[in-house]
Amino acid sequence: MKARDLTELAGRNLREALLRNSLTTLGIAVGVASLVAMLSLGVGLQELASKRLSRSGLFDAVFVSSRMNRGFGRPARPDPANASPAKPLDEEARRKIAGLANVVEVYPEIRFPTEIQFEGKPFSTTVAGIPASAKSDGAFDGMKGAFFSGPNVDEAILQIEFARDLSTQPDSLLGKDLALRYAERQPLPAEPSAGKSKAAAGGTAPHPGESDLSPGFSIVPREKIFRIVGVVETEPATGFGGFGRGRLLIPLQVAETLRIAQANDLREILRGTSSKGNYDSLTVRVKGPSQVKSVEDAIQSQGFTTFSLLDATKSLRQVFAVFDLLLGIFGSLALAVASLGIINTLVMAILERRREIGILKALGAADRDIRRLFFAEAGVMGLLGGILGVALGWLIGSALTFGTNAYLRRQELPPIDLSSIPWWMVAGAIGFSVLVSLAAGIYPASRAAKLNPVEALRYE
Amino acid sequence: MIGTIDEIAIRTDGVSRSYQMGDALVRAVDDVSIAIRSKEFVALLGSSGSGKSTLLNLMAGLDRPTSGAIFARGRNLAEMNSEDFAQHRSHTVGMVFQSFNLLPRMTLEENVELPLRLAEVERNDRAGRVREAVERVRLTARLTHRPSELSGGEQQRAALARALVNRPTILLADEPTGNLDSVTGDAILHLLQEINASLGMTIVMVTHDHDRAARFAHRIVTMADGKLTSDGIKS
Ligand SMILES: Nc1ncnc2c1ncn2[C@@H]1O[C@H](COP(=O)(O)OP(=O)(O)OP(=O)(O)O)[C@@H](O)[C@H]1O
Ligand SMILES: [Mg+2]
Repeated sequence: MKARDLTELAGRNLREALLRNSLTTLGIAVGVASLVAMLSLGVGLQELASKRLSRSGLFDAVFVSSRMNRGFGRPARPDPANASPAKPLDEEARRKIAGLANVVEVYPEIRFPTEIQFEGKPFSTTVAGIPASAKSDGAFDGMKGAFFSGPNVDEAILQIEFARDLSTQPDSLLGKDLALRYAERQPLPAEPSAGKSKAAAGGTAPHPGESDLSPGFSIVPREKIFRIVGVVETEPATGFGGFGRGRLLIPLQVAETLRIAQANDLREILRGTSSKGNYDSLTVRVKGPSQVKSVEDAIQSQGFTTFSLLDATKSLRQVFAVFDLLLGIFGSLALAVASLGIINTLVMAILERRREIGILKALGAADRDIRRLFFAEAGVMGLLGGILGVALGWLIGSALTFGTNAYLRRQELPPIDLSSIPWWMVAGAIGFSVLVSLAAGIYPASRAAKLNPVEALRYE
Repeated sequence: MIGTIDEIAIRTDGVSRSYQMGDALVRAVDDVSIAIRSKEFVALLGSSGSGKSTLLNLMAGLDRPTSGAIFARGRNLAEMNSEDFAQHRSHTVGMVFQSFNLLPRMTLEENVELPLRLAEVERNDRAGRVREAVERVRLTARLTHRPSELSGGEQQRAALARALVNRPTILLADEPTGNLDSVTGDAILHLLQEINASLGMTIVMVTHDHDRAARFAHRIVTMADGKLTSDGIKS
């Protein structure tokens, strides 16, 4: 029999026992749906976790430090594994790292304690410089107001706790100005004049013998006005070990121009090392966790020490792979039950259609025709059940997401996307459903094909 | 298809079909040798249980003999694989049953088309062939009816059209008038006679009715206990 006639006859048979075949198809659909729901939950949770992790800024970042100042006050140890010579982590090194493939941004960690003036009252807090790339990593997704309008604007984002310190109505802070007070490090003019500098640090005389090698500096109190543009709930990370301590966030480039006097400026002067313009460490933001390794290797070959949390992501992926596997096994069990339904339906159909099979054989049908007819019916039920099952699975996933988000809303937590059905899952689930149905059809189909026509026709 | 009267359409050679019923062996057909010539109209007579249907089913390729050979178109049915066996049912013979055996959910037209689908006849050729067969049994007005909407005689004529549609060389009929009243039955027999005469189709018909066999068939073969007991050609 030709394929078209076969499908026509199969479709006809399916329509004739509509109730029974629909119930069987529904059984397959439920199996596929539970498979899809479980897998989508697994994939969704995985996506959620990796999104959260990338938001934490830890898994797509490489932390770079110079081998020269590894350990405070200790001389750099030569690293036998890495033959390249130790180099200062200076402006040039920063540019070189920024030029590497897959590097999004390179920035120093800038964080300093300071005092601000808001509506006439002083508050002490910690200021952190936020790189422009932080806008897209999701940490600011739920914020009130907006992210900095540019990399060089005098705008500030407040961490919610700090905003509550400033006002009982954190929302009302948006658009208001605050004054940031800080100590600026200024190079000394040719003729040092201690009288001009008010601060103590620069005032103490540098080591006499090295005064010309390491220029001293003076500390000048400054004030800069920032406009509050946003309030953020989460505490965005700005680098390794630094997350959660910045309460007043300003654009990193602005923070860099402030030339804040840092604690180790003093030490450097005392040690006589001219590390001016050198960074303690740099944070390298990479396009994605998968590129961390190659970037890390490239930076190491330039002679720097690096650190990343690459291994942590690996074991995390492993956990999720096992999780997916378990969900898949439960879903497959559901589908196995559904395929028993197919076998049952088709075996029942043989009993019911004995006579029809006998007539078809008497009219010239070969065993192969009968087998393919039953096979086609199983396949069509599998296809329809698969499509229906994917739709049903999507509904279940959506319902779970909806319910979870309703719960999260009551807990005043941001909503999440619990389940995710990528296209490969749709295609895979339907394909799997058809395959399982065909496999379930093998036994009934061959039994029908082997039916003795004389005996089949005897049934009245 | 149309040969001389001496050509053999189908021939059995010492054919037997027995069933094991517990300890007893039922010889439904016991060592039967018979040759049916082309264009013959043969009536197969015998009491109930004498093995008529069993012999007809063996010739039809619905059943395989326990021993012996059956030749049609020069090939032994007993040795055919299931594929060729199906080809025999599809192309060499057409079957008509006592209980019509039409598929209840298909229209008359679809029922008649079924053997053409199974024989993989081109779609374009089918409609014409169906119409031709249905015209021959004079049911053109009933093409779109389902079997339940037809009378017994009409159903048997539909079954006859279905048996003819793939132009077999032999028509096998198992008590085609068994479920019909005598007038309707006679109409069917007239139709068979007409098909035999105008198409030159070989017919083997099982019947209980000696009187009718004598009226319509060329040759009467009788069976008892699975064996042939008489074989006579009418003059
Ligand atoms: N499948 C079977 N199993 C066992 N015995 C069978 C089987 N089929 C037929 N028989 C036996 O074979 C014998 C011949 O049966 P068959 O149907 O050929 O008779 P028949 O001449 O057609 O009778 P009727 O006129 O009643 O149709 C009977 O005794 C019957 O019981
Ligand atoms: Mg019989």
